[in-house]
Amino acid sequence: MTSAPSDSLVKISNLSFAYDNRPILTGINLEIPRGKVVAIMGSSGCGKTTTLRLIGGQLKPSQGEVRVNGQVVHALDSDGLYELRRKMGMLFQFGALFTDMSVFDNVAFQMREHTDLPEELIRDLVLMKLHSVGLRGAHALMPAELSGGMARRVALARAIALDPMLIMYDEPFAGLDPISLSIVGDLIRRLNDALGASSIVVTHDVQESLKIVDYVYFVSEGKIVAEGTVEEIKASQMPFVHQFVWGEADGPVPFHYPAAQSYGEEILEKAACHG
Amino acid sequence: MANIPLNPPDAANQKPAVARKKPAGGTGSGTPKTTAPRRKPHGEPFPSDPRPTTFTGKLACALRNLGHRVTGAVWRLGFASRFCLAIILNSGTALRRFQLTIREMYFTGVLSLIIILVSGLFVGMVLGLQGYDTLERYGASESLGVLVSLSLVRELGPVVAALLFASRAGSAITAEIGLMKATEQLSAMEMMAVNPIARIVAPRFWAGVISMPLLAALFSAMGIFGGYLVGVKLIGVDEGAFWSQMQASVDFREDIINGVIKSFVFGIIISWIAVFEGYDAEPTAEGVSGATTRTVVTASLAVLAADFVLTAFMFRGT
Repeated sequence: MTSAPSDSLVKISNLSFAYDNRPILTGINLEIPRGKVVAIMGSSGCGKTTTLRLIGGQLKPSQGEVRVNGQVVHALDSDGLYELRRKMGMLFQFGALFTDMSVFDNVAFQMREHTDLPEELIRDLVLMKLHSVGLRGAHALMPAELSGGMARRVALARAIALDPMLIMYDEPFAGLDPISLSIVGDLIRRLNDALGASSIVVTHDVQESLKIVDYVYFVSEGKIVAEGTVEEIKASQMPFVHQFVWGEADGPVPFHYPAAQSYGEEILEKAACHG
Repeated sequence: MANIPLNPPDAANQKPAVARKKPAGGTGSGTPKTTAPRRKPHGEPFPSDPRPTTFTGKLACALRNLGHRVTGAVWRLGFASRFCLAIILNSGTALRRFQLTIREMYFTGVLSLIIILVSGLFVGMVLGLQGYDTLERYGASESLGVLVSLSLVRELGPVVAALLFASRAGSAITAEIGLMKATEQLSAMEMMAVNPIARIVAPRFWAGVISMPLLAALFSAMGIFGGYLVGVKLIGVDEGAFWSQMQASVDFREDIINGVIKSFVFGIIISWIAVFEGYDAEPTAEGVSGATTRTVVTASLAVLAADFVLTAFMFRGT
């Protein structure tokens, strides 16, 4: 199962996934090179978060495979999967901090669960992680006392607690004010480089993410429709990419969710029923 | 550590957000690991079905819905049983790091003390009044102690304490686990390579199982004290007779141990239902509130039904 580590930390080939019978992803091919920050962009509900869950092994693909560090994720047993997840950090959309623990305990959680480090060392490590996101002074607060941006940063400190090789960000910019937004963006880049990790940023915040990432994949309707470096994306004339990057209402992305019948048919049928 | 594959607790099923009608009861978190059965939306008619107009059509539809509900209920029971097995197999952490369980015992047990003790006192006082009124007609008011203590130790202690425990602690456990699921805390824990069944669910389960007999015992003790207050101090039943008859009539094996066994079983039932409902709750506000209600209703009914079965086995012919 394990092959020699290649340049890519994550390699997704021909991946398909469906919820019940509704296809979410079809035939995705994607690579995350080591040491890089890669963005997966697309409109809401296009399957970006699902991709992250497939990489983390929380969902199983209906077709194709996801390889992380040479291992096929969905072929691992639960011990193997947990072993692999120790090397991954994930930042959830709204932080998903444990609300019954203080900021300090949240960051210390994985260290206490997975290592036998003495409490003094854990304390130093936690303060170091919190310092790197600028929240050392907030270590005694409870999650309910944090603002959205602070919670996101604490979650980031928690995600990097065990120095992961892969950090996944699920909508790290959603609902943040402009200052928190650039702080978080900046942190993603700096922590990635400082830890020598690789990062996947799932987002629809184009402008902020284009500042920090190395490579971009565009997902639409479960397929990868475009990819490229930041310069290529900015210069792209593809209608979808253009519409997305410049946030235009008109373009190839449809406004309507697909319906079984046409609007006219549905209205007339209702009228016939009531009549 | 043994691991029963269950649906990963995730809020991912919210993901296909647009206009996706989610039938109740089907938390169906995507595709779980291979051996876990796929959650099917049971219990509700298919939303896409056209409404039948003929009588036979309506009948067929009603029959199909009934079948759907029944298979849904059976499926859920099976899922809950497997969940229980998973809790037991993953109890290593909860028992090895016992402070996790002790912490939960504080929330489920210690914080339930007030309601249990006060209710016990009142139930005992009412028993004292009612019992005296009846016994006095037969000139047997000295047996008040026996009546109060036997009713409490055999029946009222375990059952009423369990009903109170289900509404006080069971609902809290369900709401807590359900909200942890809704806010992706369980998912986050999974991604940190920590099994939420071992770390979150099992300590709460065992805390409930351990707390319940202790609470029931305290309930009975307070009840007997209440009966004493009313019978001896207020009405004036002879104190010596009150206690000595009680001592002579209450059998340790037959009455007290059986009562403890009852409360232990009730503890298992309530904790199991509470953690399962929380873990299985739909990760929305509506889902969590529904799960909390279901915990109280199901646990109370299950306790009463189990009480009948246990009583039938324990006290026949005596």
